[in-house]
Amino acid sequence: MAVSGDIQLYAQRQAIFPRSVKGRFRRLKWGVLVLAYGVYFLLPWLRWGRESGPDQAVLFDLAGRKFYIFDLVVYPQDIFWLAGLLMIFAYLLFFVTGIAGRAFCGYFCFQTLWTDVFIFIEYLVQGERPARIRLSKQPVNAEKAVKLGLTHLLWMLMAFVTGLTFVLYWSDASRLVVDFFTGRAPFPAYATTVFLTATTYVMAGIAREQVCTYMCPYARFQSVMFDKDTLIVSYDRARGEESVGRARLGRDLKTRRQRQAVGVGDCIDCGYCVQVCPTGIDIRNGLQIQCISCALCIDACDTIMDSLGWERGLVGYSSQRVEDGGRRVRLLRPKVLGYAAVLLVAVGLLAWSVGNQAPYDLAVSQVRQPLFTRLSDGRIENAYQIKINNKTGHTLGLAFSINGLPDAELDMGHFRHIVLRPEQRLRLSARIKARLKVLDGRTHPVTVMARPDPGSDLSPVRHAMVFYVPKG
Amino acid sequence: MADQSQHKAVQTTGHAWDGDLQEFNNPLPRWWLWTFYATVVFAIVYWIIYPAWPVGKNFTKGLATTTFVNSDGREVTMHWNTRAEFIRDMQSGEEALKQKAYLEKVAGASYEEILDDPDMMAFTQSLAKVLFADNCAACHGLGGTPAEVGNFPNLRDDAWLWGGSIARIEQTIRKGRLGYMPSFGKVLSNEEIEALAHYVLSLPGGHDVDKGLVARGNKLYHSEQAGCYYCHTNSGEGLYSQGAADHTDQVWTVADVNAADSAAEKVERVKSVIRNGIQRRMPAWEDRLGDEEIKLLTVYVHGLGGGQ
Repeated sequence: MAVSGDIQLYAQRQAIFPRSVKGRFRRLKWGVLVLAYGVYFLLPWLRWGRESGPDQAVLFDLAGRKFYIFDLVVYPQDIFWLAGLLMIFAYLLFFVTGIAGRAFCGYFCFQTLWTDVFIFIEYLVQGERPARIRLSKQPVNAEKAVKLGLTHLLWMLMAFVTGLTFVLYWSDASRLVVDFFTGRAPFPAYATTVFLTATTYVMAGIAREQVCTYMCPYARFQSVMFDKDTLIVSYDRARGEESVGRARLGRDLKTRRQRQAVGVGDCIDCGYCVQVCPTGIDIRNGLQIQCISCALCIDACDTIMDSLGWERGLVGYSSQRVEDGGRRVRLLRPKVLGYAAVLLVAVGLLAWSVGNQAPYDLAVSQVRQPLFTRLSDGRIENAYQIKINNKTGHTLGLAFSINGLPDAELDMGHFRHIVLRPEQRLRLSARIKARLKVLDGRTHPVTVMARPDPGSDLSPVRHAMVFYVPKG
Repeated sequence: MADQSQHKAVQTTGHAWDGDLQEFNNPLPRWWLWTFYATVVFAIVYWIIYPAWPVGKNFTKGLATTTFVNSDGREVTMHWNTRAEFIRDMQSGEEALKQKAYLEKVAGASYEEILDDPDMMAFTQSLAKVLFADNCAACHGLGGTPAEVGNFPNLRDDAWLWGGSIARIEQTIRKGRLGYMPSFGKVLSNEEIEALAHYVLSLPGGHDVDKGLVARGNKLYHSEQAGCYYCHTNSGEGLYSQGAADHTDQVWTVADVNAADSAAEKVERVKSVIRNGIQRRMPAWEDRLGDEEIKLLTVYVHGLGGGQ
C-alpha cells in the first residue's frame, strides 16, 4: 500500500457519539440486554433448597472446592466438564458465526452489552448526539463539569455494581454484601470488585469499540469462519447508488421517479447509519473489520425509508454471494452441518457425563515408601491410602472389602465400616496382608471395593490396585 | 517504502547535526507516560511504608510494622519484613488458628476416641507425618522403614521390641529406650555361638539348620552359661521390658537373615550378633516435643505398624 506523505502510524482515537435509534433490531438488543442483565444481576440472589449445603442457587465455593449449580454439585475431579463446556462454547461460536456472522458480537457479547448501557447513560445525562458533541467541544464550565462528572459517576456506579455482582457468585450473596460494606469481607472480594469495576469502567466507558477493533482475539479470527453465505450487514450498493451515485433530497430529487430519471440511487446520504454506528464506520463502504454486526444501521436506514415511504432494506442483512448477484443464503452447508454435528456430540457427551455423575467415589493409591513390609508371621503387607468422597446430600455408610488376591486380609484399623456425613471427604489408611506361596518379585492385581450399607440404592464402587510382592 | 516527504509530517527534536541530520521526536503515548508517573509515585509511597534503601550497614525501615510472639512468649513489634509476617501467620494466621483449634480438640480427646474418629485420624495422620519426617525419619526412614536392617527398628512391621500398645509406644517416645545385648564373643566359644545361631534360626522355621547343633544350641540358650532366656524367655518370644527380640517370628531386627543368599550366610549373620552384642539407643523426646506432638506421634507410629 502506498503511504502518502501525511500519514502518521499513530492516530489519535476519534471520539464517537452514537445517535440513538428505534427499530426492530434495537428492540431485539434491548430484549437480549434485559435478559442477560436479569440473569447476571439476579442469579446470585436466587435461593435454592438443598438437603445439605448452601441455599444459594448458583455458588462457586472455592474454599469448599464445590461448585453449586442448582441441583448439580461440581467437584474438582469433574473439572474436565469445563473442557467440554468450553468446547461447546467454541463450536457454538463457530456454528453461529458460520451462519449469522458476528451475531455474538452484535447482540450477546458483554463488551457490546455494557457499552450499550454506558452509551445509554451518556445519552440520559448529556442528551442526543449533537448535544454531546457540543458539550465535548465547549470549554470547561459548570454545565460541562456537572454533566461529564455525573456521567462518569454513573458509569463508576454501574461498573461497581457489575464488579460486586461477580464477587457474589463466589460466596453467600446476602452475607457478603453486608460484610462488604462493613469492611469485614475477605481481601480477594475487595480486590476483585475493584479490579472489575476498573476494567468495566475503562472498557465500556472509555475504550469501547477499540476493544473490539484492537483487543478482541475473536474479532480477529472470526473472518476465517466467514464464507460467501455468511450473513453480513451490508449496503445495497446497486439500489443506493444507481448509475450516478447517492445524493441528498434536493429540489428535483424528492421522489424515486425523479431520482431514477437522472440515475441517482435511493440513498439520500442523510448519514443516519453512520451516526448510529457504535464503532463509527460507514457501512456503505462495504464489510469492514470494525463492524460488529449490531444492525443498528439497518434500523436507522429503515426509519428513513419508512418516513420517505420507500421500501426497506437499503441497508440490511445479506451475504457476499447475494452481493455478487448470487442466489439466496443457503443454511445447509457442509461447514455448518459439520459444526452442528460436533456441537451435538459435545453436548450429548457432556449431558451424559453430568447425568451419570458418580454419587460417591473411591480413589486408592499405594504407599511406596516402603513398597512392602514383611510381617512376623511371614506374610507380606502393602499399605494404601484410600480417599473417599461422598457427593450425595445424605449420610452414607460404606463397608470396605478386597478381592482378587487369595489368602489376603484387609486391615483398616477401626474403619472397615465407615459412615460419611453429607458431602464429606475422607482419607483413610489401609493395609493388605497376604500369605504367598512364592515370593515372585511381581505385582498382583487386587480390587478394593466400597459397598453401601444394605437399604441404600447406590451400587458398590471398585478400584483396581496392585499388590507388590518382593523376591526371595 | 515510505516516501521521503514523510519526514515533513514528523516532529523533530530541533537539533541538527552536519547541517541536515535531524532526530525524530516520537513522544510516548500519553497513557504510557501517566502510567510511568504513577509507578514513580507508587515507588515513593512504597519507600515510606516498607524497608527500602540501604544506608551504610543499615537500611531504611519504613513505617509499617509486624507484631508477633517470639520464642520467649513476649510480644514483639518490629519493622515490616516477610520473616516476621511468616512467623505471625504461623501463629495467628487464619489457617494456623484453624489448625490450633483442631489440635486442641485432638489433644483433649483420649487415644480411644482418636482411633475411633476418622476425622481426627485424618488430621493426626497429616500433621504427624510432618513431625515424623522432622524428628524420626533420620533414623527410622521417611516411611517408617529404615534404609537397612540393623541399626534402627522397622516401625512398619508388626514386631514390637518394646511393645506396640499405645501406652508402651508413648513411653518409648517420651523416655527413649536403650537396646542392649551383651557381646558373647569372649564368653562363648565359636562352636557354642554356632550352635546358638542354628537354634535361633530353627525357632521361626523355614531355614536350613543342623539338628545336632540345634539341640546343643537349645541347651545353651536355656543355660546359665549363655543365659539367652533371661531376656528372650524360655519360649524365645522375648520380653518387652528388655526390648528383647522375638526369635520365633519371621522378622529380624538386627541380623538381616531374609536378605542372606545362603544358609551359611544366615548362620554367619546371627553369629555376628551373638558375638558382638547390640547397643542401640533411642533418645528421649519429652524435653524436645510438646505433649500434643508426642500424642500425635504415638497415634501415628501405632498406625504405622498396625498397633496392638
